[in-house]
Amino acid sequence: MHAFEYIRPASVADAAAKRSANDDSTYLAGGMTLIPTLKQRLAQPSQLLDLGGITELKGITLKDGVLTVGAMTSHADVAASSDVKKSIPALAVLAGSIGDPQVRDRGTLGGSIANSDPSADYPAAVVGLGATVHTNKRQISGDQFFKGLFETALEPGELIVKVSFPTPKRAAYMKFPNPASRYAVVGVMVAETATGIRVAVTGAGACAFRIPAMEAALAKSFSADAIKNITVPVSDMNNDMHATAEYRAHLVGVMAKRAIAAIA
Amino acid sequence: MTKVSVTVNGAARSGEVEPRTLLVEFLRVGLGLTGTHVGCDTSQCGACTVHLNGKPVKSCTMLALQADGQQVTTIEGVAKGDVLHPMQAAFKECHGLQCGFCTPGMVMSALGIVERHKADQLSEAVVRHELEGNLCRCTGYQGIVNAVLMGAKALGVKVV
Ligand SMILES: Cc1cc2nc3c(=O)[nH]c(=O)nc-3n(C[C@H](O)[C@H](O)[C@H](O)COP(=O)(O)OP(=O)(O)OC[C@H]3O[C@@H](n4cnc5c(N)ncnc54)[C@H](O)[C@@H]3O)c2cc1C
Ligand code: FES
Ligand code: FES
Repeated sequence: MHAFEYIRPASVADAAAKRSANDDSTYLAGGMTLIPTLKQRLAQPSQLLDLGGITELKGITLKDGVLTVGAMTSHADVAASSDVKKSIPALAVLAGSIGDPQVRDRGTLGGSIANSDPSADYPAAVVGLGATVHTNKRQISGDQFFKGLFETALEPGELIVKVSFPTPKRAAYMKFPNPASRYAVVGVMVAETATGIRVAVTGAGACAFRIPAMEAALAKSFSADAIKNITVPVSDMNNDMHATAEYRAHLVGVMAKRAIAAIA
Repeated sequence: MTKVSVTVNGAARSGEVEPRTLLVEFLRVGLGLTGTHVGCDTSQCGACTVHLNGKPVKSCTMLALQADGQQVTTIEGVAKGDVLHPMQAAFKECHGLQCGFCTPGMVMSALGIVERHKADQLSEAVVRHELEGNLCRCTGYQGIVNAVLMGAKALGVKVV
């Protein structure tokens, strides 16, 4: 790691002010991605702003059918929360499937989506449940948040404060985990929400995306059979040592059918 | 250099560190607590697992300064003097180690499993799932899983 200065801001306003005063500073959440990145010297910020001391970024509330999760809430806390299990059990399952217990105790919702790793789990929930990302500046709809490989709609220095998930009528998340890291080779969230059916995929492409053809078919008939002939273009799929593009395209169909079957 | 103060195994400890100093380096080099191991240095193997405020974390993927003002428990804080903790005794009894390199991390993770399940029950499948963050190159895991179940039972957890 290159040397840097370490600061623990006390509030969102304090963190954002320090960040805008220094182009070369970076927010630190649980460090589960950032610290390995610094070790490999893939990034060399001169200053880390540790969000760990900001209590307003932590916590889970359920009010008027909307579940709100603070950016610094750990995956373990989401997985164990009775409010999450009661309102969106699929989200508790998703959080509990991330990495391993030690990673779940440190990794955060905000850090996960800010990073937009193509194989991260949370993006499937943010897009698939029609969530809204609240930053220190504005609200961004889940559909507009992920822009590409490790790319989001966040502006430089923009801080994620919380994410709100409207409670769906039913939802299920199925993933094919990488057997070593547990990252999603492919993960699919299927949900029936107040605004219609959503099918969101992570792991397969550059970032999370929806499959409108599957959504339309499921709106007519909510069954695994209804989507059996719908495929995604192989040319849009990631191709790496973990899985070929063809295999990922195949897995999208398999995971979607499993998710539908779980709640049909 | 920056001052860091951490409660380690119940005692207030402090030292001067660079901001980039990892928690595991502070424990091993700064405090001489070499029971916590570094296996991979890439967040994969869990040999560096310690408890932060009672929960298992990988101390190779945390800065010492992130632990400032908090409670850390390492493997050195588990036994009572010369008397092994029931989980350590179970590892010995079940042949839950061969070279022993992964063992400190395994024991700290095992204690995390006990903590999470003390109010419900524990099965072999759950133990295997929750040991996903700890790698062992020697044992083939069977002895470790047996040890976690035996240790959990000794600590009053219902094992099914
Ligand atoms: C061994 C291992 C296995 C894993 N397996 C999985 C898995 O199966 N599935 C999965 O989805 N993930 C997995 N992860 C990733 C993990 O879940 C973390 O969520 C992810 O690494 C982000 O970590 P973090 O929250 O600690 O953020 P950090 O690493 O601290 O930060 C990540 C990035 O987000 C930025 N950032 C953080 N918080 C904010 C905020 N509030 N606003 C704006 N920007 C912010 C930071 O500046 C940084 O650029 C794994 C990680 C490890 C180490
Ligand atoms: S040394 Fe920390 S996880 Fe391997
Ligand atoms: S006993 Fe040797 S690595 Fe586990």
